[in-house]
Order: sequence, then C-alpha cells, then structure tokens
Amino acid sequence: MNSNGEEGKVESQMTAKKKSTEKALSRKIEVAERRLPSASEAVGEPVFGLEGVGVSYGGKVAVRDVSMTIGAKEITALIGPSGCGKSTLLRCLNRMNDLVPSAEVFGKCLYHGTDLYGPEVDPVEVRKLIGMVFQKPNPFPKSIYDNIAFGPKVLGLPDVEERVERALRSAALWDEVKDRLDDNAYGMSGGQQQRLCIARCIAVDPDVILMDEPCSALDPISSGKIEDLMLELKEDFSIVIVTHNMQQAARVSDKTAFLIVELDSTEENRWGQLVEYDETEKIFTNPADSRTEDYVTGKVG
Amino acid sequence: MFSEMPERTRLATAGAQATVASNLQRQRGSEQLKGNIFFALLLLAVAFALIGLIALIVQSAIKGAPAFGLNLITEGPSTINPEDAGFRPAIIGSIYLILGVILLVVPIGVGSAIYLEEYADGTKWWNRLIELNVQNLAGVPSIIYGILGLAFIVRGPLDLGFILAAGSLTLALLVLPTVILASREAIRAVPPSIRDGSLALGATQWQTIRRQVLPASIPGMATGVILAVSRALGEAAPLLLVGAAQFVTFNPQPFSADGYSAMPVLIYNYALRPQDEFRVLAAAGVVIMLIVLLLLNSFAVWLRNRYEQQW
Repeated sequence: MNSNGEEGKVESQMTAKKKSTEKALSRKIEVAERRLPSASEAVGEPVFGLEGVGVSYGGKVAVRDVSMTIGAKEITALIGPSGCGKSTLLRCLNRMNDLVPSAEVFGKCLYHGTDLYGPEVDPVEVRKLIGMVFQKPNPFPKSIYDNIAFGPKVLGLPDVEERVERALRSAALWDEVKDRLDDNAYGMSGGQQQRLCIARCIAVDPDVILMDEPCSALDPISSGKIEDLMLELKEDFSIVIVTHNMQQAARVSDKTAFLIVELDSTEENRWGQLVEYDETEKIFTNPADSRTEDYVTGKVG
Repeated sequence: MFSEMPERTRLATAGAQATVASNLQRQRGSEQLKGNIFFALLLLAVAFALIGLIALIVQSAIKGAPAFGLNLITEGPSTINPEDAGFRPAIIGSIYLILGVILLVVPIGVGSAIYLEEYADGTKWWNRLIELNVQNLAGVPSIIYGILGLAFIVRGPLDLGFILAAGSLTLALLVLPTVILASREAIRAVPPSIRDGSLALGATQWQTIRRQVLPASIPGMATGVILAVSRALGEAAPLLLVGAAQFVTFNPQPFSADGYSAMPVLIYNYALRPQDEFRVLAAAGVVIMLIVLLLLNSFAVWLRNRYEQQW
C-alpha cells in the first residue's frame, strides 16, 4: 500500500513534468512562462532517453539503433572513429538534422519524456532549449556584443545587456573583451571565438548544450580553457560533447558512449552503432566490450 | 670550415655544389621563348580592350568638345538653335527611369534570390526549371524585352500606354535576371555555419535570413544592383519600342502620355540628324554617359572591396 502510494506520487510528478516539457516544446508558447525543465533537477536525472534511434540520409543509414539515457548536469561524451555517426547522433538531439532535407530520424528521442520528433513539437522551440556549439567557431560577422545579444533579442528575452555580461562572464571571456565589446568578433583568436560561441549559446538560458567537437580547430591551450569552462558549466547545464580526442573525453566527461563503424557482409553499407555506454572511468579502465578496449588503448582507430 | 676538411671531401662537396648550381640555372631557351610569346599575346589582348575604350573616350571628347558647357545639362533639345541645345529632358527621363527600375528590381530581385537560395528545394523539378530560366533570361537580347514591353506593358494586358513608367517596367524586366543572379551569389557567399549558429539559438528561419543572411549579403547585392542599373541606363533599343522615341523638348513626367526620352535615345536621335551641330551634341552626350557609367561601375567595385566579408 505504502510503496504503491509513493510510486503513484512519483508517477504524478513525472507526468506533471512531462506535461510542462510538452508545453515548452509545442508551438505558441509565451517566453515569459518558459520553464527550463531540468533547472531544479539533480545530477544524473535523465534528460534524454534515446530508444532505438537511427538516422538515414537519403535512404542511406548513417547511424542505427542507439539506446541510451543522458543525465542532467553531467557531461556525456560521444567518442568513436570518424564516420561512426557521433555528430549525426548529436544533431538529432536538437533537430539540427531537420536542416538536411534528405535526413530521416527513426526511433524515439525522448527529452524529459517528450518525443522530440512528435507531431506537436516545433523544432524552433526545441533549439531554444537545447543549444549547440559547432566544430569550427562560427561567430556572426558582427560586434562581440551583438553576437551575444542576437539570441536574447530574437527570442524576446528581457534584460539583454545584463544577459550579455552574464554570458561573457560565464564563458570566462568578460575580462578579455569588456573593453572592446563593439569590435568585430572576427578579430578575436580562434579560442576566444569558440568561447564567444559558447557564451552566445548560454545567453539564451538553454537547458542542454550540445558540443560538436568544439576543440578540434583549436590549439592545446585554448582547448584546455574550453575544457575548464565545460567543467564549470555543468553545474548549470547538461552537456553532451562529441569529441575525436579520447583524452579529452576522459578528462571532462562523466559518462562516455563509444560508437563504432559497422560494415555489412558485402562491405558496401556502413553505419554507426553504439557499442558501449557507461561511466567514463569504466570505459577507459575496464570496458566491457573488447572493441572499446581496443579503441581506447589505441590498438585501432 | 672548408679548409679543415680532407681534400677528398672538399672536392666532393664542390662537385655537388656545381651540380646543384647548374640544376637551378635557367631552363632551355625554347621553353623560355614560348613563355615570353604567350605573355606578349596576353598583354596584346589587354591592350586591345583598353585601346578600344580609350579611343572611344578620346574620339568622343574631341568631337564633342565644342558643345561642352553647362547648357548640355540645363538646356533641352532644339531644332531652331542647335548650338544651345542640351540633354535636360533626357537626363531627367533617364533619372526617372532608373529610379523606377531600382524601385521595382530591388524587392523583386532580392525576394526571388532569397526564395531560390533559402527556401526552394533544389531537388524539385519546378525549382530547377525556374533556376535554369533565370539564367537563360539574363542572356536574352534587350530588343526582345522591348517587344515584350510593347506587347504586354504598353498595350495588351497592362495597357499602360507610351508612358515613362512603362519604360521603367520594361527595363526592370530586362535587368531583373542579372539582379537575381548577383543577389543569389551574394546570399550563397554567406557560409552555412552562420545559418546553423543562428538556428541553433532558436531563431526562426525568417529571423535568420532577416538578421544574419541579408545584412551579410547586402554589399554583394548592392554591387549587383548598381551594375544592373548601369546596364539599364545604357539601353536604347527596348526604350525605342516602348515610347521613348519622341524628340521631347519638355521635362518628362513618370505617368504622362506626352512622351519621354532617355539619354541613349536622345544621343541616337541627335546622331541621326544631318546637321553637324547635332553630331557634336551626340558626341558630347556619349562623354556624359561614359562618365556616369564609369562612376557607377567604380562605385560598385569600391563597394565590393570595401564591404566584402572575409569568411
């Protein structure tokens, strides 16, 4: 009886949360009543639940059958050899794949219990909650200030100026740029540009930040700064990072998913597949799958 | 250092040095000659184009010199005293025509370019058909647009009559493909990563186009519009068909059926007349047009170099 009652309570809490997420993702939502679904969430509570997710481009499968749960306020790393579909998988999580006309997503991609590809869901609303940092720094050809202010302005968020400063401080960039906010962002170094892109992303208060190999175009010192930044940001945001750098995954992430390129018997079709997903420490010290071990120890890949 | 080496080593080193030195020397004379001849041919080609332009300017300037003066701009055409005649109605007519062209061509051209670049699904046959046609239209002779203007704008469905606005509309149709192509080029030069960055923040497609893509492509579009305008400014053939043929001595009005004229048309008119005074006037008109066109084109080049974004 007792346990049943508690279960019922938890269940009703969960449905309430799912409702609010559904509302946040559906069209015509007022910005003022926007709630970040995992703002109050404890570390490790599920943010994404992938159930048999696959993506194909023009009928050709790029990644198939990925099932995993991504936790709140953690850094989840996706690693694997090139072509294993880790970036493709990442782009599923904020519907960036929609921008490729021939892309098709299969399976269930649950975000706080709501299917991101459900009929009620507006991709624009999804991207307001789930931000993204790209492989190559892509600042807008505008001033540093306008780069950060763009997001809050188009989303109609209040206190733009304050947000810009807060975002730049969170991205550990404020002291470097506070005297030249009106300068063009293209005058910054690559590492600064990437931190600007991170600041731009957090200026709109997302729930999740997706990072697609954010350090691959940067030198080691700039990469180190971004890694430090990620560790600070995970206090407030859930982060999913794709990286080709295993050491980076080992340094920053809490959980690691290892993907691999599979070939069919004819060796004509290749696709990405999830091999193992676990605590980062376990993946790097005591992986369950021998293919993971071969990859993380550098025998293949 | 060399002196400390044993004799054999020193000799070997010297031999190697000599070989390297001979390898680095000039290649065979015939290859050298071919290169020089080709270079000379290229120079000749450039010189041919330049000499043509310079000859035109100098010849017009010498022939038109007697007519140079303010009355070229302030006076209208006159058959009674050609010494005092000028181009005023034609200049005003050309300005009206060009303003009309800009007014029509900028929104329609930029709009079409945005549709084709940002919205159209290139895999659909109708979009590919539109693209192909826009490219072909850019190469259609201007006289054909004149006939089209006569049949569809002056007469036919629109039935505007021989008014200046009909001329503007015809010229706008003529340069529209050029503007669309230039605007598409400018939009395409904005890298996809900028769109991705904007969309990933939760901006809508229209917000992304309006606030990122368009501002970044305005310099390229402006360059295209200026080049298109300078082409429209120099066109005489289509205007002859849609009503600019009259010898107008008064200032034209955009929507009046009294007639209008334009610079190239009036130059043509002057040049056809037997009196020498008019021939001189025509040459002076050519100089005015050349100056205006060179200024416009230089402005376009300056604009492109000044605001071109290095991605």
